[in-house]
Amino acid sequence: MTEQQRSIQSVPKTVKFLLILGLVLQMAWYYYLPPPDAEIQALSSPPKQELLRIFSLGDPIVSAKILMLWLQAFDNQSGQFLSYQQINYTTLQQWLEQILLLDPQSQYPLLAASHLYSSVKEKNKQRQILEFVYQQFFIDPSHRWPWLAHVTVLAKHQLKDLPLALKYAEAIATYATPEMPRWAQEMQIFILEDMGELERARLVIGGMLASGKLIDPNEIKFLNDKLLTLEKSFSQEKEQKY
Amino acid sequence: MRQIFTLAALVTREALRTRFFVVIVMLLLIGFGLSLFVGQVTLIETQATQSGLLAAFLRLGAVYVVSLFVITSMVHEFQDRSIYLWLSLPMQRSTYVFGKLSGFALVALITAVLFGAALLGDVPYQQVGLWILSLLCELLIITTLSLLCVLTFHQTIQAFSVVVGFYILARSISAMQLMAQGPLNISQSWIDQLINIFINLLAMLLPNLERFTQSEWLVYHTGHFDNLLEIVVQTVIYLILLVAMSLFDLYRKNL
Repeated sequence: MTEQQRSIQSVPKTVKFLLILGLVLQMAWYYYLPPPDAEIQALSSPPKQELLRIFSLGDPIVSAKILMLWLQAFDNQSGQFLSYQQINYTTLQQWLEQILLLDPQSQYPLLAASHLYSSVKEKNKQRQILEFVYQQFFIDPSHRWPWLAHVTVLAKHQLKDLPLALKYAEAIATYATPEMPRWAQEMQIFILEDMGELERARLVIGGMLASGKLIDPNEIKFLNDKLLTLEKSFSQEKEQKY
Repeated sequence: MRQIFTLAALVTREALRTRFFVVIVMLLLIGFGLSLFVGQVTLIETQATQSGLLAAFLRLGAVYVVSLFVITSMVHEFQDRSIYLWLSLPMQRSTYVFGKLSGFALVALITAVLFGAALLGDVPYQQVGLWILSLLCELLIITTLSLLCVLTFHQTIQAFSVVVGFYILARSISAMQLMAQGPLNISQSWIDQLINIFINLLAMLLPNLERFTQSEWLVYHTGHFDNLLEIVVQTVIYLILLVAMSLFDLYRKNL
């Protein structure tokens, strides 16, 4: 059923005038108002998990996804890009933790922590976020190891903190699961080698070979070669000492 | 039975006449737009985020439009007095309620199927099937509740407000219960105990919609038949209750 409309001529002139006046006033008001406030807002603490769940209306996964996208975009405020140094990392960590509690299977918060927020220039903040990834790894090692492996590399090459990198690499090796690739478990060998801890590196390789878990012949050969190289370096080191 | 079919057919024709399905198509288009935008800003888990957000948007959209359709259709029936005409015919009041409900259920079914089909691109069909059936159950509860509210209040604002309040409560009552009984709530004054009793009473009377139409099924593919069985049983029980309340109200009305 279509309604027949009358001609525009049938609209009274006062109504037309009011229509145009309203439109002009609205546009004038827009220009009169000050431009949008470009003041940078600090990241406030997240609400409690229970409250977040109530506001999720029974769908915590969707809330987690929305919160993660909001947090990811937080460094872009009113057209300005904040540097990560301007963000409070303790609060950021709390948000990431709450998002992970809402959706424990999601890898997004750990990707953001290990790849985005870890690029901060301030060393303390970098250490803080690396530690967050380390703590979160223990909740689900079989799914969260890639992020810890990444921060191990960061600790070694960016922070140049070999003991810290070793701590992370040892955690991966200790909580290794069958689906975890061997290279992730072998990271500690190279860190120990870089630290000059040749004896410990030898012991780790010896332990791996003796465990009987290695099946790939190339991998066994690689570790055997590595063991021989280390033994050679170790004996050379001993000779130099005496 | 023929009277029920006639009433159901009239409701479906009304949905077509009032361009209800145009709104459904528009919601689908907005949902796709939202999904594309989300796809642009995510770094990983793009498909999971897209399907989760699209499903949540479509679920809320479905509840919103179906509930408004039922309420406005019935308010219109009261305002143009056609309900008096129907009830003056040799037809039981229960037939009128079942006829109307059947029509609204058909509209809900079409909505659920159309919205579910939109998710087939990213999600396995078994999970989408489960999601559609669950959404249908959720919509059936909302449809029957909307009908009850219109029969009680006769006004759009009151009826829709009650439906929205009911939906929010039913979806968050488990979280409220956990919050009230959680370890953080150490105070045990008589007010706290009273609030606890009240929340438990609400939880007992409301259907647990938190278990319905979960995005987790689409994002992590965790849904299985057991979920559906529980949802169907809850829906049947709650529909019996709501239909009985509607009939009780209608039979007592001096129309």
